[in-house]
Amino acid sequence: MSESNQEHLQATFDARVAAESRIEPRDWMPDDFRKSVLRQMSQHAHSEVIGMQPEGNWITRAPTLHRKTILMAKVQDEAGHGLYLYSAAETLGTSRDDMIAALHAGKAKYASIFNYPSLTWADIGAIGWLVDGAAIVNQVSLQRTSYGPYARAMVRICKEESFHQRQGYQIMMVLARGSEEQKAMAQDALNRWWWPSLMMFGPHDAESAHSAKSMQWKLKRESNDTLRQRFVDQTIPQAELIGLTVPDPDLKWNEERGAYDFGEIDWEEFMQVISGNGPCNKQRLDHHIAAKENGQWVRDAMAAYEEKRRARREAA
Amino acid sequence: MSNRELPLFEVFVRSKRGLDHRHVGSLHAEDHEQALEYARDVYLRRSEGVSIWVVKSEDVVASQEDDVETFYEPMEEKTYRHAMEYELPPEIKNM
Repeated sequence: MSESNQEHLQATFDARVAAESRIEPRDWMPDDFRKSVLRQMSQHAHSEVIGMQPEGNWITRAPTLHRKTILMAKVQDEAGHGLYLYSAAETLGTSRDDMIAALHAGKAKYASIFNYPSLTWADIGAIGWLVDGAAIVNQVSLQRTSYGPYARAMVRICKEESFHQRQGYQIMMVLARGSEEQKAMAQDALNRWWWPSLMMFGPHDAESAHSAKSMQWKLKRESNDTLRQRFVDQTIPQAELIGLTVPDPDLKWNEERGAYDFGEIDWEEFMQVISGNGPCNKQRLDHHIAAKENGQWVRDAMAAYEEKRRARREAA
Repeated sequence: MSNRELPLFEVFVRSKRGLDHRHVGSLHAEDHEQALEYARDVYLRRSEGVSIWVVKSEDVVASQEDDVETFYEPMEEKTYRHAMEYELPPEIKNM
């Protein structure tokens, strides 16, 4: 490619981004943009799918049949969200098999929060309320991301997320109004999921490795700290309303800013969990690998059946 | 003289960057390339779009209205899939 042609393509790309237009799959795009959007979509897709595990853990032990059907519907939605995102990533020519292989090889990441265990039924409430709540804040912002297929997947996903957060908050609400033990269980779940939920937004803006470039490309529309603040501000009144307390002694309303001040995240814990040393990292990955291996006979049977059908068609 | 009918193609147009391709109609053409050209002539004379997909109609596998019951009927019973099913205190403005 000649240099002037390259410059022209870059200028077209830059103009589209500047004009709030979308980059579509067959458009020319800089290599590092392509890599960046792929990394983000693959990480997001893996998060949806790995995120099924802590919740799936409680399907057989849900307290009522009604709660069980709700939880199944939610976990099923997460699988669907994974599919939307893998499909969006496949528009850039990467195969889903490659993405799964990278996950299994430890080369692709997923949201670190799913490396925490779901110990009690209240955790299912906390996950829906806080983890999905944090995800929604991020995903609403990503509905305007500059890569078209990613933005459209976000629109679809956001439509389904509201149910997820509401069912979680309702679980917490019911427990918080229940017996002393139930209220304690809800508080304990909030204590354990609060900080990991704040970590979901990633490092501070100044320390975020990919943020500046992603913001410039409008792949990322709002900074980690902005989104985190929004989540805190909307969640604290929800906690207060049901009589639960966020485990942060530094939390207080800042009249001047019109926002909550809150304590510093334990970044050492964040780094440890991200680099594979969280409580459940190994379990999550092992389970995903085992699920794939255990399903091999189904894929083999389908391939054999297809082969047989083809042979029959050709013989006819 | 050939009386052979040209194959039918379904045409999908992306009206604007950021939007999905939408079905706009169909046309007859010799092959995919020609279908694209015809689609441009027939459906995009007034800058109605920025990208066209053409798909051979015979490659479209479609469900029928009779299938709807097995597709959707059980889902209507599953009202718990909808956010409105979960009543929240009025203090919670939006969730």
